[in-house]
Amino acid sequence: MAVRIQAEPFDTGVEIARLTAGSGAGAVVTFTGLCRADGETGTITAMTLEHFPGMAEEELSRLEAEARKRWPLLDCLVIHRHGRLVPGDTIVLVITLSAHRDAAFGAANFLMDYLKTSAPFWKKEESAGGEQWVAAKDSDNAARGRWTQK
Amino acid sequence: MKLRYFAWVRERIGRAEEDIALPADIVTVADLVAWLKTRGEEYEAAFQHEKIVRAAIDRAHVKPEANIAGASEIAFFPPMTGG
Repeated sequence: MAVRIQAEPFDTGVEIARLTAGSGAGAVVTFTGLCRADGETGTITAMTLEHFPGMAEEELSRLEAEARKRWPLLDCLVIHRHGRLVPGDTIVLVITLSAHRDAAFGAANFLMDYLKTSAPFWKKEESAGGEQWVAAKDSDNAARGRWTQK
Repeated sequence: MKLRYFAWVRERIGRAEEDIALPADIVTVADLVAWLKTRGEEYEAAFQHEKIVRAAIDRAHVKPEANIAGASEIAFFPPMTGG
């Protein structure tokens, strides 16, 4: 069980190998989020991710604990980067391990939906027109809402 | 009380954090926002659409009606856009 906030890039292959070694898992689901060139504010050259140190770790840990209550996970890792990133760079990594695939898929989906709306990170995009904060999307709130509907 | 600001809330207020002695009649986060808005244009700009701005007490999300008694740090920030 782990949550990491870091400026440095991560190596998805290394993280999967480290987590699965000796875990007994039958299913591993990995989600990697990347910085896109076609940003929310147009074609971007870079973005800066601001975060709330301390709260970011605590909030992701709360989400991870909730995911573990809902699904029988063998292990779980969330890494979120901060600082200046360019298109193609990795932003976020979620890895979930379980005996069977349903739990791993479900938990990874849940973690990403909640992370996007409750982890204290903010994107500012840089383009030819200057810098602009990214606005929160209704579709992200809707995606989160599906976990609380009957 | 230590107040912290992030993203465009921080930019509009012009500082990342500050220590402020709060009047005794401030009970909730909403009271605090209303009082901050009287402190100058920069606060008015930051809380112009105050329903959009989110708050956290001691690094946990709270609603505007949350009581601030016992808090050591209150943060204000826009809706989150990570991931």
